[in-house]
Amino acid sequence: MPTVISVDGLRKRYSGVPVVDGVSFEVNAGEIFGVLGPNGAGKTTTVECLQGLREGDEGEVRVLGLDPWRESPQLRRRIGSQLQESSLPERIRVGEALSFFARPGSDWRHLLEDWGLADKRNTAFANLSGGQRQRLFVALALVNNPEVVFLDEMTTGLDPGARRVAWDLIEEIRRRGTTVVLVTHFMEEAERLCDRVAVINRGKVVAMGRPRELIAAHAGEVHVHFTVHQPVPWLKDVPFVHSLHQDDGSVEVLGEGAVLAHVGAALVAHGCAPEDLHVERMTLEDVFLRITGRQRETD
Amino acid sequence: MRYLLKSTVLELKLLARDPITVVFTLALPVIVLYVLGAVFGNTPNPRYYRGVGAMDFYVPAYIGITIASMGVIGLPVHLAGYRERGILKRFRASDVPIWSIIGGQLVVTVVAGAVGSLIVWLAGTATYHVAFPKAPILVLAAFLLAALCFGAIGVLLGTVLPGARAAQGAGIILWFVMMMVGGAGPPYEVLGRSLQVLGDAEPLRHVVILIQDPWLGFGWNTSEMLVAIAITAACAGLSYLLLKYPYWPLMFRGIIVGPRRRLSALR
Repeated sequence: MPTVISVDGLRKRYSGVPVVDGVSFEVNAGEIFGVLGPNGAGKTTTVECLQGLREGDEGEVRVLGLDPWRESPQLRRRIGSQLQESSLPERIRVGEALSFFARPGSDWRHLLEDWGLADKRNTAFANLSGGQRQRLFVALALVNNPEVVFLDEMTTGLDPGARRVAWDLIEEIRRRGTTVVLVTHFMEEAERLCDRVAVINRGKVVAMGRPRELIAAHAGEVHVHFTVHQPVPWLKDVPFVHSLHQDDGSVEVLGEGAVLAHVGAALVAHGCAPEDLHVERMTLEDVFLRITGRQRETD
Repeated sequence: MRYLLKSTVLELKLLARDPITVVFTLALPVIVLYVLGAVFGNTPNPRYYRGVGAMDFYVPAYIGITIASMGVIGLPVHLAGYRERGILKRFRASDVPIWSIIGGQLVVTVVAGAVGSLIVWLAGTATYHVAFPKAPILVLAAFLLAALCFGAIGVLLGTVLPGARAAQGAGIILWFVMMMVGGAGPPYEVLGRSLQVLGDAEPLRHVVILIQDPWLGFGWNTSEMLVAIAITAACAGLSYLLLKYPYWPLMFRGIIVGPRRRLSALR
């Protein structure tokens, strides 16, 4: 897949304080690329440099082969942006906003339906709820069928139902061939949507890869849980098991790799078939907290 | 050009939906003009008001004041509010050229200024039989140049001031000072030397003379035209740089705020 975004050694300082400190990554055509990180990590500054809204101090940035700062007019025609902090005039109506940003021939009416704004077409921006405003901003980002779309905290302010609808729509956008750069706080969102993610902390990329790969790389021990009302010391000798804790009926087995299959087989062989046998999988959120939390501890 | 038209139509619609700020901005010059008319009347006095009647003098001057109120209050409050609330950033992130948004606001300013000027003129004519402009075409040209000049000042103020409230405060102070020393308050002849120097140093006085001269039959004032063009060019150039590099003012603010922050940390 061709590369549509390449960032190499991007640095940005404010009053001498580095906010983005040598960030490098590439985004391929048609993928959903997540940018994750705690507050103040430099995520928004990084994507604003990609959109030509800020000029990087150092480093090389190319989006669709263009320099975002020097060739911003050409770039803006090919990208769509939903910004974390932006607004519209209070008295502008939803339909007017979409019509204003749409280029001639661009059909923006279907976006009203897609993003649940059809009945708000004549409502002033000031009278929209937080979630409706957010949906309008995403719709505005998509109004001219961009090749790359930047979504910064897209689902902030949306209720869980609206968030899931937004996720389905983002997957639909990708199916049409649009590359999506998603800045998010919601790890569930990144795990569900992103093909690859970059975790940024203190202006640096501290982890990058597919969510599953990151989880596997940082998963550490596998935790197997079940309930059984008899001692099970023989589980210590099962392959891949590292340790065993039994508290009344509740058992926790720590191991690695295929430990779940071996523990299950051993339990059945000993005549036990606990109904609640399950493995506690690490989520992207655990990986995120582990990576960024570890860095905090080293301060 | 397409976006300039779209932006102008949109700004006019938004103005029509929320006209209260502009109504107050335009009402102020008319009220002050009436107070001055009640005090000085319109009988010519060779010692003051360039030898013409006070209201004949004040009506073209208050057309300048109307333009100035749109330029130093209306436009900066609107533009700084757009910047403060991230509206300008929203436009910058799309392929809508930022100049078309500012151009739309400028056109609205000129239109509102023209409406305000017409009200001032009609009010003066109806009550004090103010003389018809001696050279109407030149007055129109002077009006447009004055509107452009204060439009550029307004864009610069709206670009450099941190927010709508700061723009409103700064705008009202500027407006009053300019009104008092720029030839739209007490007659220039009675101002002390230092106030006359202050009056000469601010743009309103030049704009007022630019409009007054063809109105009162003194002909076209080329030197005031050059001053207005120079102010327009300087403000437009600075605004362009500040809009192109919007984080410059933040750096300057950092220098000013920095030591104060350190002081408050010590306390």
